[in-house]
Amino acid sequence: MCLFQSIMNYFPEEVLEHVFDFLTSHRDRNAVSLVCKSWYSVERCSREKVFIGNCYAVNPERLIARFPRVRSLTLKGKPHFADFNLVPHDWGGYVYPWIEAMAKNGINLEELRLKRMVVSDESLELLAKSFPNFKSLVLVSCEGFTTDGLAAIASNCRYLRELDLQENEVDDRKGQWLSCFPDSCTSLVSLNFTCLKGEVNVAALERLVARCRNLKSLRLNHAVPLDVLQKILAQAPQLTDLGTGSFISDPDSETCAKLKNIMKKSKSIRTLSGFLDVNPRCLPAVYPVCTNLTSLNLSYAPGIYSTELTKLICHCEKLERLWILDTIGDKGLGVVASTCKELQELRVFPSDFYGVGNAAVTEEGLVAISAGCPKLNSILYFCQQMTNAALITVAKNCPNFIRFRLCTLDATVPDAVTNLPLDEGFGAIVQSCKGLKRLSISGLLTDQVFLYIGMYAEQLEMLSIAFAGDSDKGMLYVLNGCKKLKKLEIRDCPFGNAALLADVGKYETMRSLWMSSCEVTFGACKTLAEKMPRLNVEVFNEGEQIDGSPDGRHRVEKMYLYRTLVGPRSDAPDFVWTL
Amino acid sequence: MVDMVSYDDGRCRKLGFEETELRLGLPGGGEKTNANYGKRGFEETVDLKLNLSSKEMTLDQNDLKLEQSLSKEKKLLPCSNDSVKPPAKAQVVGWPPVRSFRKNVVMAVQKKTDAEEAEKGNGGAAAFVKVSMDGAPYLRKVDLKIYKTYQELYDALGKMFSSFTMGKCDSQGVVDFMNESKLMDLLNGSDYVPTYEDKDGDWMLVGDVPWEMFVESCKRLRIMKGTEAKGLAPKAMEKCKSRS
Repeated sequence: MCLFQSIMNYFPEEVLEHVFDFLTSHRDRNAVSLVCKSWYSVERCSREKVFIGNCYAVNPERLIARFPRVRSLTLKGKPHFADFNLVPHDWGGYVYPWIEAMAKNGINLEELRLKRMVVSDESLELLAKSFPNFKSLVLVSCEGFTTDGLAAIASNCRYLRELDLQENEVDDRKGQWLSCFPDSCTSLVSLNFTCLKGEVNVAALERLVARCRNLKSLRLNHAVPLDVLQKILAQAPQLTDLGTGSFISDPDSETCAKLKNIMKKSKSIRTLSGFLDVNPRCLPAVYPVCTNLTSLNLSYAPGIYSTELTKLICHCEKLERLWILDTIGDKGLGVVASTCKELQELRVFPSDFYGVGNAAVTEEGLVAISAGCPKLNSILYFCQQMTNAALITVAKNCPNFIRFRLCTLDATVPDAVTNLPLDEGFGAIVQSCKGLKRLSISGLLTDQVFLYIGMYAEQLEMLSIAFAGDSDKGMLYVLNGCKKLKKLEIRDCPFGNAALLADVGKYETMRSLWMSSCEVTFGACKTLAEKMPRLNVEVFNEGEQIDGSPDGRHRVEKMYLYRTLVGPRSDAPDFVWTL
Repeated sequence: MVDMVSYDDGRCRKLGFEETELRLGLPGGGEKTNANYGKRGFEETVDLKLNLSSKEMTLDQNDLKLEQSLSKEKKLLPCSNDSVKPPAKAQVVGWPPVRSFRKNVVMAVQKKTDAEEAEKGNGGAAAFVKVSMDGAPYLRKVDLKIYKTYQELYDALGKMFSSFTMGKCDSQGVVDFMNESKLMDLLNGSDYVPTYEDKDGDWMLVGDVPWEMFVESCKRLRIMKGTEAKGLAPKAMEKCKSRS
């Protein structure tokens, strides 16, 4: 160690810094900063991209103190289950304090990427006015802002390259935010406003596209009609990523014919999405582009039925990523399996939310895909039914899964053929896929599946469990076995205090634990919080008595705990008790 | 008591449906007579109901697995329909785990398409076709879109032309083309037979294609005498044979 240190000290810091420049992954940089004090120091002063997986694990002041040269910040706020309405409104995750602190401290922020955070118009305005070099804003699953905030960004960020809005709840004030991009703005590379519900000024849009010669990615919302799309595409042959707006027209019209011609000439489009409003008979216009597609997202297009879907997909031989609805059916998945030999990621979303019984996909489709697509490594599959045999086959066919998420529409459905739990099937998956990092399980499951997960899922970082298990043993198998576990989220499982308190130190090695509708009691949560001061143990009390301390034996409906360096947060609403 | 079972999903209602359903059985029936149904050997639907009932009686009511096997059984029952399917899935918060944003968007689009289709069905493109009957002094017009099955159409036509008599159809109101001799009997009789002109201008016997397809392709209807419809049969047979 002494020898090593003296060798390293021989190199001036600039050299170290230069070497560290090659480290782009934040994990690598984190590892590097643990080596010794001087490496920590060099690394922290040179780090430009900071990733904070839980915004309450640190605070803005610590961020700025440690990484004064930060230019790009990624922040995640609410727990994942907030996506499914399990986290009460107003829980938290506000970005304003971060923007405020960075503005005050003269941080040269260029890029901000937020997920599941509350973003107010005020924050957007402050952002737009405080950072002259600001280039890139990516908001995923956020809420709290309106198109006025977007107008502020458009007006003030002179060098804006990227405005990417994915699945946000935006209050559309039907203003002219798009027109706020000044004529001098020519720097846009990526513009995605699919999630906006209102009209945009199409003339302004056309002019904007025409003057941004570097525009590579453009995703429109449903209010942009097909004839405008055609005009835009004519102006932007360099596009690589296109999200259509409304795709409705008379298929025999001139518009469609023009569109088809443009598509024929377009050699660079690799990613295609949109089709929210669609006349399937216009789809052949995009066939010419399909041959080069690597990524296709039709998961917002319930208007395209199985036959048209498969006709389209038949042309997509280079597809690596496919997101579709289960309207494709097992047969359609068979077509995918025989056509898309380069497929790496597949997501099949449900189209029927009331269980009316429209045909969804079954284990057959999944097996077909696993047999036909050898490069498959990531799957999200919502299905009507599943069998152990199918999962075992899938495990054999695809040992390379990194992400495996299976969701049966009926949360506790057993093997459709044998009526047994699906333990063996998932067991086969974790045993075969040695690199598995993310797993979601569903269906009828006992403690056995957790034994398998604990035994075999050595690389597992994130696990989502619902309506599964028989006893505390299930949770214990996972906590004891999965050494790399970072996020564990559990709902409606019979796991209780014994499991929660068995290894309290474990939670400091994880980012967070979510448990709702389980068997943990208030008393156990309190005990845990007392033993582990560097954890925030939050308990949500919706509709319960807030005054007086609740009975320790009282079952806790929702608990969210996470490691933190900064103690209980100050912005927690009334119903959140940090113990 | 099986009929006392009350689950918090729709299955309680389903049992009630069974209990109140008219059955050919001994008066004063109840659960015990279910056993007799099997012995009586009624049509399949009743046998399957028997299976369901006996399974309910043998399994522990609180057993989660009961719920699983019952929901499986339901799929076997030909009479199981959507209205008695338990909406348990929809009632579980956050299941299936899909982002609300995505859910809302997809459902909104579907609602729109459903609304558009309903509109088409009601006002916009109603499928009025002329109906002529050989020997009748006047023609009539019917809107095919207001009927859901062939039987409904026949009933309506029957009312329209009161001396109109139909050829013998099977229980679903569709002429059974697969049985050649039956068809010949039909055509040789003096009964009237409904025929239609399709998009290609061919005259076809009504009943060989699924109802929706018929509505799409029917341009006009003609009720012919059975003997006159003979010429159509071979074509209809051909089309049927090529389809099966």
